[in-house]
Formats: sequence, structure tokens, C-alpha cells
Amino acid sequence: MSKTITIDGKVIPFEDGQTIMDAAMAAGVYIPHLCHQPEFTPHGSCKLCTVKVNGRNCSACTYPAMDGQEVLNETQELIDDRKRITQMLFVEGNHLCPGCEKTGNCQLQAVAYHLNMLDNHFPAFYPEREVDASHPEVMIDHNRCIFCTLCVRASHEKDGKDVFAISGRGIHKHLIVNAESGLLKDTDMAATDHAAHICPTGAILIKRTGYQVPIGERIYDHKEIDQVSLATEHLKHGE
Amino acid sequence: MANKIRVATTSLAGCFGCHMSFLDIDERMLQLVEVVEFDRSPITDIEHCTNCDIGLIEGGVCNSENVHVLREFRNNCKILVAVGACAINGGLPAMRNHIPLEECLNEAYLDGIGVENPQIPSDIELPLLLNQVHPIHEIVKIDYYLPGCPPSADVFWKFLTDLIEGREPSLPYELVHYD
Repeated sequence: MSKTITIDGKVIPFEDGQTIMDAAMAAGVYIPHLCHQPEFTPHGSCKLCTVKVNGRNCSACTYPAMDGQEVLNETQELIDDRKRITQMLFVEGNHLCPGCEKTGNCQLQAVAYHLNMLDNHFPAFYPEREVDASHPEVMIDHNRCIFCTLCVRASHEKDGKDVFAISGRGIHKHLIVNAESGLLKDTDMAATDHAAHICPTGAILIKRTGYQVPIGERIYDHKEIDQVSLATEHLKHGE
Repeated sequence: MANKIRVATTSLAGCFGCHMSFLDIDERMLQLVEVVEFDRSPITDIEHCTNCDIGLIEGGVCNSENVHVLREFRNNCKILVAVGACAINGGLPAMRNHIPLEECLNEAYLDGIGVENPQIPSDIELPLLLNQVHPIHEIVKIDYYLPGCPPSADVFWKFLTDLIEGREPSLPYELVHYD
């Protein structure tokens, strides 16, 4: 007999080795997430996928599915927690959507739309962050980095390059690149790298492509991130 | 006439784009003015708020006058609404927050390309600039938020008709945009 968990009362089958996120996505159940992509080792840092497992909060992307687990996902309490987390992500960086070329294709924005986030709630932090436009084809706008480490994992696991890493802790945490100068142009980054295309926000961008699709016709302008995520990401599960 | 809902509007550190978008409700404005009367607003040219039901604030807070106007609205409006990206998070004017104020002024009025008769404006009538641009919820309590740059005419319409008809205002997915 196959093993199952329940998510909001719905019975979901899983195989040994799958996380709650794996099982949920395979069954067409969306759990909000930003730092998780099925092709990469789960990181569990953004905490948006927080679910209640047998009464305790856990990150669905890192927590192994086990037979008989009762998982709560779409409760008002969890939705409110996720909205607060997203608001913190917004105020901790400088996320000014009207001036960002990723707007409409941005997963941070799309998750906020999905949660019907209408304000930032917290006082704006306006941290001082730099832009690295040194590379001829790829730019980093640190204002928009949420430290999800997807670029770190993509560069290491797919590109075999280790261009990116996270340095510092707490308020001093920041994305660094593998060059003595600290500049992207002095790394072996290429625009064709997986890491150049994985950023869920507008922190890593390919130059001269940002407005090829007009604002208003972009991915999340008309489709919710749950539909997009289930349609594109769950295919990659089990790879 | 006496029972009309009183609405005041203003633009602080904004571009009036939200007001222009509000006017894009077009002929629905005729329906609106049957139940709404405008108090202080660029539409009426009334200079100070009296008691109002709804205050719509466009723009963040970038100078001392913005702070006074915002407080006047809060003191006079039962429901105060942050309208648009700048009111909600400072918006594009907040991009100056990483540059010291003196450098901003020097660039604009002394050293910038094409500046003639360079001098930093110091007329006593001019409100003093704040060091940083702030979202309005950092200064006063805000009751509702209408995101967008600008919020579409349909956002204004949905929000105002919800309020006028006694419903809790809400914005469906297709009306929520930050750009």
C-alpha cells in the first residue's frame, strides 16, 4: 500500500525520499515558495513554504514526507504569516517595482500578488546596496537580492562554476562573486549560464533584454504564480 | 445634497499620475458625483480640509509641507487611503534615499549638466526637504492601500464603490499591480 500524507485534509501519495513540497507539487497542490526550485538541493531559507506538520511549523521544501502526516497549508494563520514574511522581504531590500525591468516576471512580486499584499506594513529600511554592471552581458542589482541562493546553487550544481556565494551574517549578509576584484566581469560568468536566468527577482538580469516583452503582457500580469508554478516546476520533479 | 460622501485628495511627493488615473474613470465620474462631494483636492482648488469621509493621498513624504498636509488629512478624514506606489513605499522619489541631500541639491542646482545661474533655492516660502523620502504609513495611520504606478481607474472605481455601498473594500487579483 502506498504511503500518504494529508494536506488540508486532502490525501496525497508520496514516495520515500520526497519532501512535503515534492509530494504537494506532484499532486497539484501549490505551496508558496521563492528559494525553492525542484532542480536544486532545497535550501529552506525564504520560509514562505512554512506549513504546519502535525501541529508544528516546518519548511515544506526541506521537510521529508512521512506516512500519516497531517499538513496544514492554506489556513488563514499561515497565509497571514506568509504575507508578513513577504512584506519583510520587500522592506529589507529596495524593491521599487515601477523602475524594475523584472516587473511582471518577478516571483517575489507574484507571490505578493498571490497573497493579496497591498502594503509593506513595516517601516522601509532602504538599505545601501550597490549595482554591479561591470559584466558586458549580465548585471547584478544588489538592491533586489533576497538571498535565496538559487544563483549560488545553479552556478555550483548546473554550471560547475561557483560564481556566486553568500557572505556575512544577519544585516551584513550579501551576495558575493568569485573574483578578487569583487566584480562580475572578472568571474567566468556567461549569459548562457543557468545561474544567469534563475533569479526569482530582478537582482540578476541579462542586459538589453528587459523590455522585449512590454509591461502588461508579462507572465504574472494575467496568470497567478500557483498556476505557473504547478505547470512549469512540477514537471521537473523527479528529474 | 447634505448627505453626500465627502472626499478629499492630494498629491504629496507624487507626480499627479494617480490623480490622472482616477480621472480615467471617465463618464463614471458623473455617477460618482451624484453621491460624492469633493473637498480639498486639485479638482476643486479648496486649500484646506474640512471634515471628510475619505481622504486619498498620492505620493510619499519628501518635505516638511508634505508632513503638515498629511497630518491635516489624518485629522479630518475618517478613512485615509494610501494611493499608489509612492504613498505605499516611497516609490521612485525614494531612489534618492541613498544619496546625501547635499549631493542631490548640488547635482540639481549647481553642478548638473545645463544648469544656468547656479544657486540652491533658499526662499523662505519653500518647504525644507527631508533627508529621506518616506512612505506615508510611517507618519500617520493608514486605513487602506491601493497599489499601482498608478492604480488603474478600475482600482479607484472598485475601492470607492465598495466603500460607498457599505462593503469592506477588496481588490481581486487582476486589479493588484505594483507597476
